Amino acid sequence: MSHQEVKFYQTGTFTVGNRLLDPEQRSVQSTEERTNALNSGHRACQGCGEALGARYAMDAAMAATNGQIVIANATGCLEVFSTPYPETAWQVPWVHSLFGNAAAVGAGLAAAMRVKGKSDVRVIAQGGDGSTADIGFGPLSGMFERNDDVLFICYDNQGYMNTGVQRSSATLPAARTSTTAAVGKRPGHQLGMGKFVPEIAMAHHIPYVATATVADLRDIEAKVTTAMSLRGARYIHILVPCPLGWGSASHDTVRLARMAKESGLFPVFEARDGEVTDSLKIRHQVPVEEFLKPQKRFAHLFGKQRDEEAIGFLQARAERNIRKYHLLEA
Amino acid sequence: MLKQLEGSRAVAEAVALCRPEVVCAYPITPQTHIVEAVGEMVREGTLSPCEFINVESEFSALSVAIGASAAGARTYTATASQGLLFMAEAVFNASGMGFPIVMTVANRAIGAPINIWNDQGDSMAMRDSGWLQIYATSNQEAVDLHIIAFRLAEEISLPVMVCMDGFVLTHAYERVDIPEQAEVDAYLPPFEPRQILDPAEPVTMGAMVGPEAFTEVRYLAHIKQMQALELLPKLAREFEARFGRDSGCLIQRYRTEDAKTIVVALGSVVGTLQEVIDTLRNEGHAVGVLAIRAFRPFPLAEVHDALMHAERVVVVERAFAIGQGGIVADSIRKALQGRPAPIYTVVAGLGGRPITQASLNAMLHQAMDDALPSVTFLDLQTDVVERALERERSHRRSGPVAEGVLKDLGVKAMQYV
Amino acid sequence: MEKPFAITLDPGTSLSNHTGSWRTERPVYVHRLPPCNNGCPAGEDIQGWLFHAESGDYEKAWHKLTENNPFPAIVGRVCYHPCESACNRGQIDEAVSIHAVERFLGDEAIKKNWAFPLPVQKSGKRVLIVGAGPSGLTAAYHLACLGHDVEIHEAGPMAGGMLRFGIPQYRLPRDILDAEVKRILDMGVTLHLNRKVENALTAMQEGGFDAVFLAIGAHIAKRAYIPAGAAAHVLNAVNVLHDLETGEKPLLGRRVVVYGGGNSAIDVARTAKRLGADEAVIVYRRTRDAMPAHPSEVHEAEAEGVLIRWLTTITQAEEGELTIEKMCMDDDGSLQPTGEFETLQADSLVLALGQDVDLGLLEHVPGIEIEGGVVKVGENMMTGCEGVFAGGDMVPSERTVTVGIGHGKLAARNIHAWLNGETWVHPPRPAIATLDRINRWYYSEAPKVVQPELDAVRRMNGFEEVVQGLNADNALFEARRCLSCGNCFECDNCYGVCPDNAVKKLGPGKGFEFDYDFCKGCGICVAECPCGAIDMVPEDI
Repeated sequence: MSHQEVKFYQTGTFTVGNRLLDPEQRSVQSTEERTNALNSGHRACQGCGEALGARYAMDAAMAATNGQIVIANATGCLEVFSTPYPETAWQVPWVHSLFGNAAAVGAGLAAAMRVKGKSDVRVIAQGGDGSTADIGFGPLSGMFERNDDVLFICYDNQGYMNTGVQRSSATLPAARTSTTAAVGKRPGHQLGMGKFVPEIAMAHHIPYVATATVADLRDIEAKVTTAMSLRGARYIHILVPCPLGWGSASHDTVRLARMAKESGLFPVFEARDGEVTDSLKIRHQVPVEEFLKPQKRFAHLFGKQRDEEAIGFLQARAERNIRKYHLLEA
Repeated sequence: MLKQLEGSRAVAEAVALCRPEVVCAYPITPQTHIVEAVGEMVREGTLSPCEFINVESEFSALSVAIGASAAGARTYTATASQGLLFMAEAVFNASGMGFPIVMTVANRAIGAPINIWNDQGDSMAMRDSGWLQIYATSNQEAVDLHIIAFRLAEEISLPVMVCMDGFVLTHAYERVDIPEQAEVDAYLPPFEPRQILDPAEPVTMGAMVGPEAFTEVRYLAHIKQMQALELLPKLAREFEARFGRDSGCLIQRYRTEDAKTIVVALGSVVGTLQEVIDTLRNEGHAVGVLAIRAFRPFPLAEVHDALMHAERVVVVERAFAIGQGGIVADSIRKALQGRPAPIYTVVAGLGGRPITQASLNAMLHQAMDDALPSVTFLDLQTDVVERALERERSHRRSGPVAEGVLKDLGVKAMQYV
Repeated sequence: MEKPFAITLDPGTSLSNHTGSWRTERPVYVHRLPPCNNGCPAGEDIQGWLFHAESGDYEKAWHKLTENNPFPAIVGRVCYHPCESACNRGQIDEAVSIHAVERFLGDEAIKKNWAFPLPVQKSGKRVLIVGAGPSGLTAAYHLACLGHDVEIHEAGPMAGGMLRFGIPQYRLPRDILDAEVKRILDMGVTLHLNRKVENALTAMQEGGFDAVFLAIGAHIAKRAYIPAGAAAHVLNAVNVLHDLETGEKPLLGRRVVVYGGGNSAIDVARTAKRLGADEAVIVYRRTRDAMPAHPSEVHEAEAEGVLIRWLTTITQAEEGELTIEKMCMDDDGSLQPTGEFETLQADSLVLALGQDVDLGLLEHVPGIEIEGGVVKVGENMMTGCEGVFAGGDMVPSERTVTVGIGHGKLAARNIHAWLNGETWVHPPRPAIATLDRINRWYYSEAPKVVQPELDAVRRMNGFEEVVQGLNADNALFEARRCLSCGNCFECDNCYGVCPDNAVKKLGPGKGFEFDYDFCKGCGICVAECPCGAIDMVPEDI
């Protein structure tokens, strides 16, 4: 995998840092020199997974490009909590235009860099799942199809959290949101398929597609580094739990991301030119319940009567992912 | 160099002379020929360096332009009609951010009903988007205004929409003088962006601004746009000095000095009007035409000065604010605030209907007699609308008005099953 | 650059927005007591020295270790490592093989001649230590470190006490023992061998000592009444092991029976095998579960062919044979004779029934209290007589080497305080770093390194050490299995997982600091700290 294989160093690569590693083997986040691309003082909620994921990814990109990045950011939580006048938390060149156009703005940045002979300056476009899977999907697909030299990063928190936790096409089935209330015959979001953008990205046969979670920093850093070593349209989809929208404890952000991966519900893999090349294996498999239970958005599944249909549906999805992406070692 | 060219080709050549670095294209009639020609020049290598990007929508076209401009590239795109509306969100965004993008709007009607022909409903819908809007009356002006527009946009750091009537100008073959590259280079220096996304000097562009500063931001945007009222004439004078043509003033007067009746118009209809005015002058009527080149910012003072001695003003409009009336006329009224002269609104040429000299002539005779209603739809088929209205009155649900009107016109538009 | 008002902002300006005011709870770094440290009778900071071993800095690790215990090479071999029984990792896969790493460090120190640092300042006080066993030598070491002049009076011919006369060479090679004793003597500690102290108080006073520490051990073999014929060959374990050490090969015969269930019984039985006995049988009254001998020793003995007769007593000893009786355990667990007798061939019978203390040197010392054959001491290890301290096997305790070492350290600290007119107070003990505070996700899967053992045939050929040591590679691996329970090991997790960059990294060895100006109190750092070294405490609002 994009994971760095290291010898046994007490914690391997699971922790952020490891004093026993050679300096060149250390994660970007473990260094005092990291950019802190998204700096302190931003107004994200306590335990925000997106703030964490964005810093992980941007700092890694800064390290991978020797500080030569520019960012186009879609409207959404990440934009709102980071740049309320008169303060910005960004320490890197950053532009916000609209909700649905980050990929296109990124394409414009890339075109400008190319025409100006500044091809060392690399372009990242980023946004939440709403701006990626829904409103910005057309421009994203266009950017992929043209193979623009842009890395698009989706911070997937499975809903429109900034506007008050509404359902997006990336919302998990059965989840309660403001627009999929946990009432009626089939409480919560419908048991449909939703939209898994990484697979759609792969269908564009772009050079690189990867998924990751904030529970695995090393994996994010490796994937961002790989992405920055390539040219053309690249896509990284990072699962970032949202304490507000998921109804989870702020300290559970990383744990929930881990459970999503360890249950198989969120497959972590990478693909080149439209084909899956590797996946991050499940280390300690857990049933999806372990992921669902700590979240209030799924509380209705575990009421007086367990919603076996919904739990089973999600478990089946996890198992499909496990098969499809070979998430368990033989 | 004098050339016999299609308007679109002429504009494309003018744009190319401005050395745009990023051009985004999405097809929509009647703008297509412009970007097709630019694209060809990029492919041929005659326009280089330039990134020509085929995007998947107008929304992305302008968004790509925004990104390119944010990174300091001279950026151009073109659109029309539905396309302009589809990119509307980005239109407002580009001006709010202060990116000096130049965009051609090949004016076309907005649906429904869908209509590919000319009127100015599209750019008029974007009149308050914060962009500067200049309207070309001829293809030569269209050529010249694009060159001026880049200079204007970049000096003031605001985007400029150059509006030219679709088909009437874009598809018309006329003789135009295409300037020499060296002359254009001398007139239009390389783009030096006011703000740029650059790793060497990181900034955050596009912050969220709340009640504590939003008013100030809007106030400053207004002040900034108003600066064009001085800048545009200055650039036009420079242009005239170099190229020998007056193409860029805020307004253009034609035989208005002693005119008792002055017709105000935007775009290609001005040419037709000039011929009508010549006829009327020959008949001894004191009439003139005032062309408004800059609709945003609106040159209130200049318009006032041009019209203050007129006994009446007739505003010929290629767009219409439904439920309200003339859009341009409103601004004229504002310019002539306190003056008793009547101001007539004449809505003409919607959805591509030809504006004939005969109709204009007849209408102006009515106006000179002060027999013109305050709002007139030129060449309106009154019997058709009357019948439709009658049907409305008698049957509460009589189907779409447009359908009814088409039936009355004897056109079988759609087969009901 | 001309930045448009409000829309374009200068980077990093959010630092003026102090989000720390959102917080209702704050994270604080804590040090918890790792269960290994808590379990160590010698009070070693095991997690502390493993920390250095993990980075391969064995010398630093050794110095850290010997702050509490001067005998890592010895203890790494002979301690029954209660630390490992307590190790949290034992509940995940297998306990860290602490003793193996400790032994490795001790052996490295001997190999590389690492020495103890000498005290900067002498106190001018003189302390007499009676007995050169593990407890006495440890006290001598600590007192010397504290700047006191130390003199040891040892009744026997060699230093080491039970380390030498109780533990066979195959468990503790003598060169190792000698090296670690010598290192203490090299600090300037005076050792007088063959000098038996008859009266502790007189010895202290006449010798001009300011205090005395008694650690004479328990080396008088306990006896049991077994009817024996005149020709029966009955010996005791203390003598057998002592003779062996002093070079007098004990005559045990081909068939040896050992009576008892402690470690000494095992030692004698295994020794008998090494001395050529065809058969070594341990007769023990109770069951395997009740046997006081350490299971690992029992296991090794059995592997070497030692037989054990459970629930059996010896009722009669004659020349060449013993009469034994089967016992049974009734419902309340008490032993009952069954009346079933059997004859067992035996050339010799060795009694290994425990040891008593020779309390002669305290007979005339005032204030001394004896109870159950041992000397009562206070919490400060002082007997009822001012200035007379005692420890090791001669005071009430579990009689192990490591407990004795712990006593030596404790006594030294108390003697030092007492000499300064002060009272030594144990520093407050942090709460235990329990397994529930460990975030197991972060630790790599890693089975324990198994120490190689001498094969059975070679064991019988002499007294070569049975259990082999680790090498530098696998010692490093084993050290790195430590979870660092309750103590930061600088994994950078808190520094990384904070969504608000509210953790400051202070540099290698300096740990981290919270920036409460920005910490929102989300608690991710606490949840994701692998070792449970961060607590969440309510904010005063």
